[in-house]
Amino acid sequence: MTAFPSPLVGYLLVAAMLFAIGLAGALIRRNAIMVLIGIELMLNSANLNLIAFWRFGPHPEALTGVMFALFSIAVAAAEAAVGLGLVISIYRHTNTTELDKINRLKG
Amino acid sequence: MSPVFYILATLTIGGALAAMLLKHLIHAALAVTIAFAGMALLFLELDAQFVGFAQILVYIGAVAILIVFAILLTRGADLPKEGVFSRSWITGLAIAAGVFAVIGWAILQSIDAVPQRNAVPAVSVHDIGNALVGRYVLPLEIVALLLTAATIGAVIVAMHEKERSR
Amino acid sequence: MMQEIPQTVTAGPAFMHCYESPIVQALWLIPALPILAAGIIALLKQSRRKTASSLAIGSLSISLLLSVIAFGHVVHDWAGLSSRIFTDSPAPLLRWVVNFTWLRFGSATVDLGWVLDPLAAIMLVMVSFVGLLIFIYSVGYMADDENYTRFFCFMSLFAGAMLGVVISNSLLLLFMCWEIVGLTSYLLIGFWYQKPSAAAAAKKAFITTRVGDVLFLLGIVWLFSQTGTLLLYSNGAGSLEPGALSGLLAAHGGLGLSAASAIGLLIFAGAVGKSGQLPLHVWLPDAMEGPTPVSALIHAATMVAAGVFLIARVYPLMAAGMPPVKFGYATTPSLTVVTWVGSATAVFAALIAIAQNDIKRILAYSTVSQLGYMMAGIGVGGPAVGMFHLITHAFFKALLFLGAGSVIHGCHEEQDIRRMGGLRADMPLTFATYAIGMLALCGFPILSGFWSKDGIIDAASLWHPSIAPFWLLLFGALLTAFYMTRQVCYIFFGYWRGHGAAHESPRVMTLPLAILAFFAIALGFIGTPAWPWLHAFLEGHPVAFNWGGFAEPGLGMLMLGSSLVVFLGLGLGWRLYGNKSPEPEAPDALEQSAPWLWAPLRDRLYVDEFYGVTFIAFYAWWARVADWFDRRIWGGIVALVAWLFGLWAQLNRFLDLHWVDGGFDKTCEELSNGGGLLARVQDGRVQDYLRILAVAVVALAGILIWSSRP
Repeated sequence: MTAFPSPLVGYLLVAAMLFAIGLAGALIRRNAIMVLIGIELMLNSANLNLIAFWRFGPHPEALTGVMFALFSIAVAAAEAAVGLGLVISIYRHTNTTELDKINRLKG
Repeated sequence: MSPVFYILATLTIGGALAAMLLKHLIHAALAVTIAFAGMALLFLELDAQFVGFAQILVYIGAVAILIVFAILLTRGADLPKEGVFSRSWITGLAIAAGVFAVIGWAILQSIDAVPQRNAVPAVSVHDIGNALVGRYVLPLEIVALLLTAATIGAVIVAMHEKERSR
Repeated sequence: MMQEIPQTVTAGPAFMHCYESPIVQALWLIPALPILAAGIIALLKQSRRKTASSLAIGSLSISLLLSVIAFGHVVHDWAGLSSRIFTDSPAPLLRWVVNFTWLRFGSATVDLGWVLDPLAAIMLVMVSFVGLLIFIYSVGYMADDENYTRFFCFMSLFAGAMLGVVISNSLLLLFMCWEIVGLTSYLLIGFWYQKPSAAAAAKKAFITTRVGDVLFLLGIVWLFSQTGTLLLYSNGAGSLEPGALSGLLAAHGGLGLSAASAIGLLIFAGAVGKSGQLPLHVWLPDAMEGPTPVSALIHAATMVAAGVFLIARVYPLMAAGMPPVKFGYATTPSLTVVTWVGSATAVFAALIAIAQNDIKRILAYSTVSQLGYMMAGIGVGGPAVGMFHLITHAFFKALLFLGAGSVIHGCHEEQDIRRMGGLRADMPLTFATYAIGMLALCGFPILSGFWSKDGIIDAASLWHPSIAPFWLLLFGALLTAFYMTRQVCYIFFGYWRGHGAAHESPRVMTLPLAILAFFAIALGFIGTPAWPWLHAFLEGHPVAFNWGGFAEPGLGMLMLGSSLVVFLGLGLGWRLYGNKSPEPEAPDALEQSAPWLWAPLRDRLYVDEFYGVTFIAFYAWWARVADWFDRRIWGGIVALVAWLFGLWAQLNRFLDLHWVDGGFDKTCEELSNGGGLLARVQDGRVQDYLRILAVAVVALAGILIWSSRP
């Protein structure tokens, strides 16, 4: 794989791997904050994909990819803030951050 | 592919892996910060300088710190008794692997249709600013609203509740 | 039901009425009115006593009136006969018949009807008249009884049924009324049903007469099968008419008899039961458990006479094939049996009567004995001879019973003659009438019983087959005089041995006595040899008063002889019992002189005991066998079936519980488990939800990519 047809493929694969790692972490780790970290990783990988396609795609002067990625970062930050706030609030109520123990959504 | 890419890719992926695998939460937070840094450098490599700096500012400067604060406030430093991975980690791993497989397969499937442009885009911060208040003014305002709501919401959610009569 | 297709028969040639006289058409009212009255009384409350007795007496009075009119009608036509002279042609029939069809099966029919002829007319008047007198008497006798209303209901029903027997032209209708008569007899004997002896007596009466009735019914059925009709007279097609009779004579009846004789014997069996002949006489003395008016009406005057009447009614059948004789009386097989049974009964019952101490029981055995006389009379001399004695006997026996009732009433319900005595002074009217009745019964000259009994004895002396009945009947007359003298001496002569003071009975009771006494004297004159009106009337030929009737050869000797026998009996009785009144516990005079004779006579010649060890014992054994069979065999089968059902039910329950219920329960359990399994998906853990999301996305993505391959 040393010679890609396009450098884009490499970036895409990196993004895919980051996404998978992030997902794995979100699914496997017990701590709620770790799940949020995983989610951040996934968002980051999406950003990477966006920028990669902007760089190697047609019409980069439209700045579509850049805009999208910027807004994605902003939203990610907001979501991280709210999410972590929720984790803190849950911690205060149940005194734990372990997801196994927080099952009040149980049907 | 340039060697810089490989180094940066390795750094990012390594940081991400470390973040997911480390037992200590603070270590994981630091590892993910490295991942974020690697991502920023990748952005710089991709000639998206503004995004790269925004990445550093927001992710490393805010999100990572936020994560560390949250870990501290929830005593994440104490290691849980039963281990950090859930009992059915193989299932999760399998699912993630499946996801990677599907995406990888999609990429490799369309490897011939991938665009090839190599010229560096002539983009300046001036253009980005113009676009923000020009074409993308609506998303800008909405994001501002969103950030406000998020801020207020986070404050309310994480606030100490008043003592209610139980 | 009643299809009125009257096939009325005008009797004889055209000079008789060409139209149906209204009385013949209305004849059915005579029995219907008392039955209707009985029905109405049955619906009344027990407190409406006056209404009940008024209804009964009123209906019977109307029946009496109609009977008298019918009688007058027949007499009128009979008198019309005597104004004609007939040569060798047979006398025209004095008979009116109204028949109607009751049931139809295809082409066969069951007809009913009524008949008015001299025999019926005489019986109608006698039954309704004596019945009316006894009803009036009962008003006084039963005044203290609380079941007064019920009494009159039954009596009225009896009167109606008895009148129905009399006018019936169909053996079926006759049998139906016969059975109702038997039923009312049962009801009235057991009137005071709280007394066990009364209830037992009623049952005994019913069952004993039933034996006779079964044979009677057999006879009826045989007759029907042989002749095809049950009507007695029906325009030449009736079963007592020459056509049918010749057929019956020719047919075989088994045991070397013709069918006519055999059927006649079967019908006679019914009469044996109802009239208390040997061997079915056992119920009559026990029937005295009923009130005295019942004994008077039913067991003296009417019901027991129904048997005699029946034989007189079917006499053509019994006498079919009688060989003609120049002088005296011939016989047929059935009539021979009738004669022997009657004579034997006459003597048998008279013997037992000698040794009885209950006033009514003596009279009961006397009735049995006199019935034997009547039967023998019909057997030897024909219906007229027997019917004459029946008519006279009805009056003086009713008189004797009512007098006995008066005595019982006056002695405060005492019935043992050894505790009476000297009532001649205390109850003069009763004594006088009783004495007249007693003398009439004995056959004292001039009184009615003399003429009627002598008629029978005279006919018996001329009986061809044997002279034995004559001697038996004569001996019976001796015994009759003897035991009646004994009874009268015990009751009216001597001195009072009872408790309390005796008193005469009220007018309502003594008046009927007087009326009956009159008839006991006067009724004999319708059948004297000088003027045998009754015989002529019944046989349908003219009669004239003729002193020369006394001059028949042997008749004078006979009358003298029978009178002597009567005096002998009276004298013997007076000598033994006279004015003496032995203590109640002291032995009877006859007992002292001939104790070997006394004991069997007092014990009724052991007939009841004989029945007890034979028929009744057998029946009891049979009942036990049937009971065992019923309980063990049938009961066992029923129990077995029940057990099988139980088993089946258990099996069903088992299947239901384990298979049906179990299956159902299992299904529900599995559903529940399945639900539980599904519910586990929603475990409230966010990471698990996330996983599922990821899997779904992967799957979708895979599908999308796969489908968009070039």
